[in-house]
Amino acid sequence: MTAPLDATESAQHAEPEAITQGVRDIASRSLTQIAWQRLRRDKVALGGGVVVVLLILVAIFAPLLTHWFGYPPNEFHQDLINPSTQGVLGDDPNDPFSTDKMGGISWEHLLGLEPVNGRDLFSRIVYGAQISLLIAFLSTILCVIIGTVLGITAGYFGGVVDTVISRTMDIFLAFPLLLFAIALAGVIPDGAFGLTDNGLRVSVLIFIIGFFSWPYIGRIVRGQTLTLKEREFVEAARSLGAGTGHILFREILPNLVAPILVYATLLIPTNILFEAALSFLGVGINPPTPTWGGMLSNSLDYYTQAPHFVIIPGLAIFVTVLAFNLFGDGLRDAFDPRSSD
Amino acid sequence: MLKYILRRLGASALLLLVVTLMTFVIFYVVPRIAGRTTEQLATMYVGRAPTEAAIQATIERLNLDQPLALQFWEFVKGIFVGAEYTFGNDVVQCSAPCFGYSFQTYQEVFPAILDRVPVTFSLGLGAALIWLVGGVLVGVVSAVRKGSFFDRIAMGLALAGVSLPIFFTGQLALAFLVHSWEIFPNAEYTPFTDNPAAWASGLLLPWLTLAFLHAAQYARQTRAGMLETMGEDYIRTARAKGLKESRVILKHGLRPTLTPILTIFGLDIGLVLGGAVLTEQVYSLNGIGRYAVTAIVQSDLPVILGVTLFGALFIVVCNLIVDLLYPLVDPRVRAAR
Repeated sequence: MTAPLDATESAQHAEPEAITQGVRDIASRSLTQIAWQRLRRDKVALGGGVVVVLLILVAIFAPLLTHWFGYPPNEFHQDLINPSTQGVLGDDPNDPFSTDKMGGISWEHLLGLEPVNGRDLFSRIVYGAQISLLIAFLSTILCVIIGTVLGITAGYFGGVVDTVISRTMDIFLAFPLLLFAIALAGVIPDGAFGLTDNGLRVSVLIFIIGFFSWPYIGRIVRGQTLTLKEREFVEAARSLGAGTGHILFREILPNLVAPILVYATLLIPTNILFEAALSFLGVGINPPTPTWGGMLSNSLDYYTQAPHFVIIPGLAIFVTVLAFNLFGDGLRDAFDPRSSD
Repeated sequence: MLKYILRRLGASALLLLVVTLMTFVIFYVVPRIAGRTTEQLATMYVGRAPTEAAIQATIERLNLDQPLALQFWEFVKGIFVGAEYTFGNDVVQCSAPCFGYSFQTYQEVFPAILDRVPVTFSLGLGAALIWLVGGVLVGVVSAVRKGSFFDRIAMGLALAGVSLPIFFTGQLALAFLVHSWEIFPNAEYTPFTDNPAAWASGLLLPWLTLAFLHAAQYARQTRAGMLETMGEDYIRTARAKGLKESRVILKHGLRPTLTPILTIFGLDIGLVLGGAVLTEQVYSLNGIGRYAVTAIVQSDLPVILGVTLFGALFIVVCNLIVDLLYPLVDPRVRAAR
């Protein structure tokens, strides 16, 4: 919106040939096109975006990658472990406590081995990406659905409805989410809702994270709806006799797509950290399924012998979360109508 | 002013009820939705050796065969007036406020929580001070020196900071700062009243670990807020009047920036409790968070329930305090109510 206005403003002070150029620029650029142009110039955000795409590809092709470059994620390699230190066996045959400081990182095992049972870390990191991204994406979708429906309802109808929904959001935002999540994960039995084992754990985690994180989206949507419903095009639709449903979903919702997309992108890293924290505390996916948080929980006993066992899963989380944050920040700046380019 | 306080108190009372209801739903309704029968539900609260009689007694005691409303009533009544627990031939009195009785450790939950509160409280308080002061300071300097070397380094670190989980930074600190390079003493809790110096040095690393994550977020927020206020017309007016730059920044620039920061701080107390759970787990500090995590491993449901309820009530009280402090910081609230 602002960009064409800026163009006119600068055009007034410019040379005649510049005016025609400026006019051509004004011609037709939607907010999405402006955002895309800004995003293309933001190298940091693009870098984040590229890493995100790579991570998604890694998660999708996890079985192929481990087939080519690793070993099955649950295969033990205890012959490579020094039983007296539980770390990876070192080179010195005379020292009974010889431990490899690098954790067995080699061409054979790209990211080294786990202490104790010697599972291949590369495979476990790659499969960990699968679980992590799956839960983060699906729980974010759940957040978006709950947050959009409740946010748009609160913003549009106002009054008592708004008060009730807004208070509920305040309550959710103020609560010790982790404690409630731990409690919820603790009371769900091993088999329920016709699901068992990992299927159940994944669904429960998606539900818990989605259920506790929707107010972040809800607040944004409510705020945007409050301003949108006063706009002329909504007024026009109403005077033409459009029903509430039409106004909500055909007039207001399409204008909310950009902010929802931006905040969903920024919610994904938060949800990745949430899942990792739950797995770290032992209420996430059950072992032996590899998760990054679960690996960091196991590493607590071995950080002196095997620092790589802390660093590798930790870096996996860090890189993933940072990439999503950088991309999300760039997306937000690009879609922000107040920022000028 | 009195009206404002009364309204806040009323809202908090309502909130207390909502939290208690939520806790009740998680522990008594969700398992049923997930398909547990009354007997199975009772078994979860019995403990190590569930006998037929003990299960029946638990059903009776928790009114598990009664309508949900009545169960909730008994649940609330138990908190306020205490409850009696029967197992085998013994009767245990759980005095008010009764947050439950652990049949794994044969302990009342509430006193056990109280024993561990000083640890979690010390951890949270120290960390909160560090991140609030540190975060705001870095944010202000970054905003004033926008685009400088300091600004770029600080904001880069802050962006990394919000992407680093506590259970990663904590273990890195343990592996390198404590064990390899021996810069920091190992984390341990000494009561403040015993030895304040040992209290502070033992908690220094956990404080920094917990504070780093939030400091990063506060620095980003303060910087953004400061940049916005420093562009306002009244800042130009203040400068035009010939005020010293330091006064312009601190009095006119920082003051309005701090108000939203305080609001976020109020909301973040809940997050701190979550962060404290993770920090305690990494550094093996025996706070209430670790108490809950240990309870999960032993499937000691009454303890998880007690800690959840306690945490939720604590947050409501903290939010009330922040609300009551708010008018002191923001004159607009004072005038409006």
